[in-house]
Amino acid sequence: MYQEIFSKYAPTKDNLIYILHEIQDSEPRHYLSEEAVQAVSEYLNIPANHIYGVITFYSMYSTKPRGKYIIRLCESPHCYIRGSENILRKMKNMLGVGIGETTKDGLFTLELCACLGVCGNAPVVMINDDIYGDLTEDKVEEILTHLREVKQ
Amino acid sequence: MSLKRIDLLICCGSGCVSAGALKIKEKISQTLEEKGLANEINIIETGCMGPCDLGPVMIVYPEGVFYQKVTVNDVPELVEEHFIKGRPVKRLMLKDEDKRVYTTKKEIPFYQKQVKVALTNCGYIDPDSLDEYIALGGYEALGNILTSMSPSEVIDIVQKSGLRGRGGGGFPTGMKWKLAAASKSDQKYIICNGDEGDPGAFMDRSLLEGDPHRVLEGMMIAAYAIGASNGFFYIRAEYPLAIKRIRHAIEQAKEAGLLGKNIFGSNFDFETEVRTGAGAFVCGEETALIHSIEGLRGHPSPKPPYPSDQGLWGKPTVVNNVETLANLPSIFTKGADWFASMGTEASKGTKVFALTGDVKNTGLVEVPMGITLREMIYEVGGGIVGDRDFKAVQLGGPSGGCLTKEHLDVPIDYESLKAKGAMMGSGGVIIMNDSKCMVNVAKFFLEFTVEESCGKCPPCRIGLKQMLTIMERITSGNGVEGDIEELIRLGETIKQLSLCGLGQTAPNPVLSTIRYFREEYEAHIKNKSCATCVCPDLMHFLIDRDKCTGCSLCARKCPVQCISGSREEKYTINQLKCTKCGNCKEVCAFKAVKSIPGMHPELRQAREQEKLQLNQE
Repeated sequence: MYQEIFSKYAPTKDNLIYILHEIQDSEPRHYLSEEAVQAVSEYLNIPANHIYGVITFYSMYSTKPRGKYIIRLCESPHCYIRGSENILRKMKNMLGVGIGETTKDGLFTLELCACLGVCGNAPVVMINDDIYGDLTEDKVEEILTHLREVKQ
Repeated sequence: MSLKRIDLLICCGSGCVSAGALKIKEKISQTLEEKGLANEINIIETGCMGPCDLGPVMIVYPEGVFYQKVTVNDVPELVEEHFIKGRPVKRLMLKDEDKRVYTTKKEIPFYQKQVKVALTNCGYIDPDSLDEYIALGGYEALGNILTSMSPSEVIDIVQKSGLRGRGGGGFPTGMKWKLAAASKSDQKYIICNGDEGDPGAFMDRSLLEGDPHRVLEGMMIAAYAIGASNGFFYIRAEYPLAIKRIRHAIEQAKEAGLLGKNIFGSNFDFETEVRTGAGAFVCGEETALIHSIEGLRGHPSPKPPYPSDQGLWGKPTVVNNVETLANLPSIFTKGADWFASMGTEASKGTKVFALTGDVKNTGLVEVPMGITLREMIYEVGGGIVGDRDFKAVQLGGPSGGCLTKEHLDVPIDYESLKAKGAMMGSGGVIIMNDSKCMVNVAKFFLEFTVEESCGKCPPCRIGLKQMLTIMERITSGNGVEGDIEELIRLGETIKQLSLCGLGQTAPNPVLSTIRYFREEYEAHIKNKSCATCVCPDLMHFLIDRDKCTGCSLCARKCPVQCISGSREEKYTINQLKCTKCGNCKEVCAFKAVKSIPGMHPELRQAREQEKLQLNQE
């Protein structure tokens, strides 16, 4: 099932990170399953423990299923100074989950991440590949409500 | 192709996009379509224009009118008034406190001290257009070099220009190249370091997004100089737009014959591709970055051997920062002397800084090296937000240090900053007003480096954690005498013994705040008091009896029910139960709740008794 992805990359070790990225992106739940790791291990001919070493080193990979939307709230000093704590509280309340957890409907996973480089518009959040800046609690409500409706 | 009478440049840097620039662009296109003007007006998506706090921003040529904070609702008026009737909309122009209106970009004080070299085209051209880059002199430098210069001549010019690495270390670029050029090998590599992890720095992202061909041209110049035929852009996965833009630029260059075999008819061959990170700060360190490209965990390795001898897959490799590469085309079109005429004795040229924090104009600025902090904060940055005073500035992110009021006239260059305990770093500048607690700020940076330490070497992995434990103790009111000395001892040891730049610089925020704000640390430890009331354990709330009307709102909103009283008696806070959430202060309509520095005496006494009891047991 991963053949299509493998066919784009030569079976060399340096392609590991990109293959993992692509598998994770193609997986609706944005994670790397045991089967996926096994398949990559066979394709690249490197032990699974090495692959797990890489997966757990980089923060963007997950071995647990995640939501359709991955919310990455910037936890760097700028966003903190401009009130990211309130934004985090609001998100936790609205979604009913803690950091690293996924909502029951499988729609959202709440994560913290390093600087997104949009510090002029702090606090910021990246939801999948889209960045939202100058966040306020009202704006969070608007964005999350909108994403919920899109699903329906 | 029809002639267009207006060029509308819309800033589509990540800042403006996050503020809604794409929606505005869509609305403008739609409105122009409806009015039948689509053929007359050229809409161009540019990279970052700089003033992120004014976003979304746009410029209308030929007049060069600068519009700021545009919303979707402003579009009909903008089209009707400006594009149809030719009357610029004053309402959307920038105004200062004295109501002065700035019509064009040039007039705005934010731009006046700036000199754009790396950012020359950023915010001025369509980053997805190779033609626009070439029209402004793009690939001219590369063409000249490949047809008329030897690699050693190229290195000589870069050495003469005095260009130093813009990623933080400030190592002379020409020297780095010379070492790699001298290494004998069948294969060499050039890597562009776009793993901009420093919180508060976003110049590399803006350059990659706003002018990708310039970075690519710079990489090719470097490759020719060192004899590399292969290159990699290593860009963090958090920057999807930058990855997309640079990939597109590479495709275009391939189609145009600017990449591949016999470039410009010379015998220089070059191929390059994009590699991405996956969320690890340490991968900005060159040896860790190299391991990440190889498909390994991003652990740094000891130097020597330096990458210029043994880098990627054991071959000689040069790792240059995005901004360093972006300076190169200008050095070759305008000359090394021109570049060296800017800046100071040892720090030549310009540097891009990301201004953020409590300053009026936040955003991306490029200024000549040697400009003073005062000029940068007050003239370019427009001064401190609100009515507060300047307190400190953190330069170089979590690896840098802070400087204070007394350093406002220090020139910004590699050596001067280092001498004061700060560093240039990648150019993140966080300006803080007097409401910030320096102990807390230092603790925050330390939390970041503890989190991002790769764990390979013990001084960084264990030492930083130990420093953080002490910092947490201090900010929670449990600091003891000797803590400051212990922090200094640990910090100095970690700096000396750590394997890579992360650990060697991570203690800087703590050490520099101790150096300049020691009295704040002492107040936290000895008086159990945080003067700015930022550290919750070292402050308390009090209700001013004269102002309290006895409305009971605070008592009803208190999540731990620690406020009691009546209309007659007024309300008081039970200090032993209060969690310092601040709700009461927020809801009080009469401003009767005050933040008072210092742990409340009752609480302090209770805590000491608790400790005594524990000791006896």
